Amino acid sequence: MSDVLPIIPPDSSDSLAVLEKSRSTAETFGIPLAVLLEITHRCPLQCPYCSNPVELDRSGKELTTDEWKKVLSELAEIGVLQVHFSGGEPTARKDLVELVKHASDVGLYTNLITSAVLLTRERLSELADAGLCHVQISFQGIEEGLADRVAGHKGSHRKKLEVAKWTRELDLPLTVNAVMHRQNMHQLPDIIQMSIDLDADRLEVANVQYYGWALKNRAALMPTVAQLDECTRIVEEARERLKGRLTIDYVVPDYYALRPKKCMGGWGRQFFNISPAGKVLPCHAAESITGLDFESVRSNHSIAWIWQNSDAFNHYRGTGWMKEPCKTCEFREIDFGGCRCQAFALTGDAANTDPACALSPLHETIFKQAEREAEGETNRFLYRNFAGGTLESENGA
Amino acid sequence: MAGPRNISVSEASRPVLPRHAKLKYDETRKVWVILAPERVLAPDEIAVEVLQLCDGERNVGDVSDQLAAKYAAPREAILADVIVMLQGLADKGFLTEAREKTP
Repeated sequence: MSDVLPIIPPDSSDSLAVLEKSRSTAETFGIPLAVLLEITHRCPLQCPYCSNPVELDRSGKELTTDEWKKVLSELAEIGVLQVHFSGGEPTARKDLVELVKHASDVGLYTNLITSAVLLTRERLSELADAGLCHVQISFQGIEEGLADRVAGHKGSHRKKLEVAKWTRELDLPLTVNAVMHRQNMHQLPDIIQMSIDLDADRLEVANVQYYGWALKNRAALMPTVAQLDECTRIVEEARERLKGRLTIDYVVPDYYALRPKKCMGGWGRQFFNISPAGKVLPCHAAESITGLDFESVRSNHSIAWIWQNSDAFNHYRGTGWMKEPCKTCEFREIDFGGCRCQAFALTGDAANTDPACALSPLHETIFKQAEREAEGETNRFLYRNFAGGTLESENGA
Repeated sequence: MAGPRNISVSEASRPVLPRHAKLKYDETRKVWVILAPERVLAPDEIAVEVLQLCDGERNVGDVSDQLAAKYAAPREAILADVIVMLQGLADKGFLTEAREKTP
């Protein structure tokens, strides 16, 4: 503290920089501030856009309670500040309360990302007592018909509403997480109102990102350009109207953009997640890229070592791996060539430019294909499950 | 439940960080941080100083009194600055107001 009180800048945002941006980890590959823990791939829902890999980890491969506790202690020790308990459905693990308690004990900020359908009020209360800081509940729509159909789980929407209510009764902060696509986008205004009615602090409006399960379901999910523009307009209007009442985070799909997204803040720069089986991954879809060897927390290496030194993290770090047009592009250190998983899924080579970029030779083809799919009649889902997916029946069941 | 939303910070407000925002000293990076859902904020040292005084008991006037005394600075200027800073936090959803305990 200096002797003289400096003038607080008139724009208070200056006094409250977002750490990720102001103190970038990019230069040093310092340990990320937040880590996603996918503690299981088991889930009662079957959402066709699930972000888990198509090849799911079976329960027998999952880390044990003690292994997860050791991971949590290690994360806190090396400077991670936040952990997100996710999945699959994290509440499917019987030891979740114990894990949250341990995370709190070692000083981590804990967030639960849940479908909510397995929770009882008693268990939620136990999680709150264990120190849980924040609850994020996914919603598939605004009413049972569509929401339960997207989730592939009867009664899920009603249960989510109930758990959201308990969450606020227990004084836990709530984020509503709404994944948007062609078949539910018309419900966005009502989803915003629902978030207010549920007394949520925060709403994530996340357009589907098309890899893994979502890529298999692209024809049933892809919005039109007009729908997407409308979605953006609604979010912008609501942000202004609800300032100070509801924070809205917005994720746009990159198919209709001219520039690719800076996926994960760049490979191995700001983010890693840990899979149910303990693999340390640069992003939750990374295992879809074949030919990379991802190290596990069960190996002899520390998490910090894996982050800094493992081949998988260093493979697409920085710009050295790039080919043209990325290699000499003026934006190469701004977007790092987009998403490696998407480049791999759509071009067969993760070192190619992400086709979301207008400079990719495949951009036009893929954009046109997405447009055609968005105008198409295909609405049947391929539901996510351990069996490799099940096609929705004709009458939607 | 969290305090009323859309709070307007005044001299009489008794602001406090909401449950989802936690002020913490990050030993690894040697900086103060506010931990919040999907965000880590880096408050500057003045913001940290103010927030440490915002315990839900003191009002903004009390906080300004303390800072004015500590730094021998004009109280009115400090009060104005503190209100601007806290209102900015409130507008971003990182500040709530302490409420009277209900019996």
